[in-house]
Amino acid sequence: MGSKSTVPFHGTKEQEAQLRAVIAELKDDRGSLMPILQKAQDIYGYLPIEVQTIVADECGIPLEKVYGVATFYSQFSLYPKGKYKISVCLGTACYVKGSGDIYNKLQELLGIEGGQCTADGKFSLDACRCIGACGLAPVMTINDDVYGRLTADEIADVLAKYE
Amino acid sequence: MYRSHVLVCGGTGCTSSGSQQIFDLLKEEIAKNGLSEEVSVVQTGCHGLCALGPIMIVYPEATFYSMVKPEYIPEIVSEHLLKGRVVTKYVYQDTVTEEGVKPLIDTDFYKKQHRIALRNCGVINPENIEEYIGTRGYEALGKVLTEMTPDDVIKCILDSGLRGRGGGGFPTGRKWQLAKDLVKGGQKYVCCNADEGDPGAFMDRSVLEGDPHVVLEAMAIAGYAIGANQGYIYVRAEYPIAVDRLNIAIKQAREYGLLGKNIFDTGFDFDIELRLGAGAFVCGEETALMTSIEGNRGEPRPRPPFPAEKGLFEKPTILNNVETYANIPQIILNGAEWFASMGTEKSKGTKVFALGGKIKNTGLVEIPMGTTLREVVEEIGGGIPNGKKFKAAQTGGPSGGCIPASHFDVPIDYDNLIAIGSMMGSGGLIVMDEDNCMVDIAKFFLEFTVDESCGKCTPCRIGTKRLYEMLDKITKGQATLEDLDKLEELCYYIKENSLCGLGQTAPNPVLSTLRYFKDEYIAHVVDKRCPAGVCKDLLSFSIDPAKCKGCTLCARQCPAGAISGTVKEPHVIDTNKCVKCGACMEKCKFGAISKK
Repeated sequence: MGSKSTVPFHGTKEQEAQLRAVIAELKDDRGSLMPILQKAQDIYGYLPIEVQTIVADECGIPLEKVYGVATFYSQFSLYPKGKYKISVCLGTACYVKGSGDIYNKLQELLGIEGGQCTADGKFSLDACRCIGACGLAPVMTINDDVYGRLTADEIADVLAKYE
Repeated sequence: MYRSHVLVCGGTGCTSSGSQQIFDLLKEEIAKNGLSEEVSVVQTGCHGLCALGPIMIVYPEATFYSMVKPEYIPEIVSEHLLKGRVVTKYVYQDTVTEEGVKPLIDTDFYKKQHRIALRNCGVINPENIEEYIGTRGYEALGKVLTEMTPDDVIKCILDSGLRGRGGGGFPTGRKWQLAKDLVKGGQKYVCCNADEGDPGAFMDRSVLEGDPHVVLEAMAIAGYAIGANQGYIYVRAEYPIAVDRLNIAIKQAREYGLLGKNIFDTGFDFDIELRLGAGAFVCGEETALMTSIEGNRGEPRPRPPFPAEKGLFEKPTILNNVETYANIPQIILNGAEWFASMGTEKSKGTKVFALGGKIKNTGLVEIPMGTTLREVVEEIGGGIPNGKKFKAAQTGGPSGGCIPASHFDVPIDYDNLIAIGSMMGSGGLIVMDEDNCMVDIAKFFLEFTVDESCGKCTPCRIGTKRLYEMLDKITKGQATLEDLDKLEELCYYIKENSLCGLGQTAPNPVLSTLRYFKDEYIAHVVDKRCPAGVCKDLLSFSIDPAKCKGCTLCARQCPAGAISGTVKEPHVIDTNKCVKCGACMEKCKFGAISKK
């Protein structure tokens, strides 16, 4: 998912203070890099290189190790997400019930690929692997709202709710 | 004392279909009717029948309301809870008989089940430690600490025949014994794999959401057995409800002195920390999971040394999965013989399966080992919806295989599933019907593996990518019969040469579909045809002139302008322009458009 961000970094002083406090609290625990990055992503919404640099400097570990961990796990994003984060389940149970069609339809309607964000910063689209709501397959989520038993032709109406 | 308890499911499936709103409304409506002193409303874990959510059960009679809508609530409260008259029209229809409404446990879905790991799920309030204690919770830990030696505990687990429920099927007691004996004394760790990564499996999530204390209790027992005082639970960040309930459970257990220092005044210390996984399938592999807890990229390490000798932070470590732990306290309380009396010769006890895909009763079931696939799919699962024909059941996720109808009567256990080219895996069981293309399914799993391969070893990193490309070629009708031989050869090469379980099992979906559905592969390669009508490049749409009424609806739907014709005359599709989106077929009211 080769998505690029054209949005410049807009971190605030408050966010940075929050991040430094988190690092100070956790950095002496063993294996704390992932919990720190998870908190950092909660604070900023994503992990731009500027944030990774602060983590590396404060923890005294090389930036390439931070970058290595940040790019290994699918939960971490190096690019900002949309105001509405759309996530389509491509787990097996959803896939056999046609979630691939839902995913394709969203790419078509939004004009973006998976992993990208629309130019107005409104919608971002990702595929995920099983949220565990297999009884509702096929499923997608928009922020905290869950939509189940979807068909491709309902997608436009669902998106319209977020206009 | 309440005269009635209403249990509302708060698992992920039901929460996704709106059970929180039902729970709130119910409390409000009960208060409005002045029943708050008489009727209690409890939010529980998963009941298993996720397809029917949101669900609620009214005790003592165990009336099962399914797919509950907010507008039903006032009527259910005023009729059932106030006047004692069951609102039959909102009840799960399989429980409605001529003699009245029967309890849920008498339905086909529950009758053949035997709940050990799931025994408290949907029964207790998972956020209240006293309800767990009320169902003999923490009694096994007390028994272990005050009456048994570590060797007694290990012998009991060994004798029970319990094998790892995460997929591998390694004897749990043996694992514990190695961790106790290989290195004497010093720092050791107990880990729990709650990073359920197999897409389409959600057994562990349900245990964590519905009965979190059972995992804590079992980990403390394991700690006592191997001589560890620290546990880690590695849980998926994508399971927010499970994470919340685990945090609550750990806090309560500490308050009650059931975790922490000097448990039960025996001098035994044990505490547990949570670590959130960040979405990497390979972290289900034991060494990768430990590398991840250490704060690194979750890449596996070569074994030996095995974790029992050198695991987390280079110390002796055991790792078991959630469902394995959920069996432990019951085995301690009821004895090894009790557990070993269930199941088949080499697979004891029960197994939880997440039924999904093309099956009526999607949800969670726990069955004795040795139950046949036919019983699971047809009786418990209620069969295939829409009158379609069963094609295959997929078990073991991306590491497993597809089981065809010819093996419907094989008793499910670890060894039988391996013999027929699949594996138990963690318990995902996805049913596929005649509309699923098996080549496409193999490609789907390989796409997953390519995405999730950590990249450390070449056979997996490059091999799975090449496998995916070959499958892609087949689904596009560009492959030759020679390619099929190459495909199989590469599968065996990857199996034999990969570093960890992910790579070693990645070719299984291809091998099992090649074994049982070779005719579908050949149809794609030789006839350039997808028998299930899934692979787009091989499809062609056409209009039957005898059925077409010339309503023009399809022509207006077509995004490519490929359909032409005059009003009230049969239309035609220009196959050169057609993008095979299927929009015309969906809209046609006369069934005149077909694909093949």
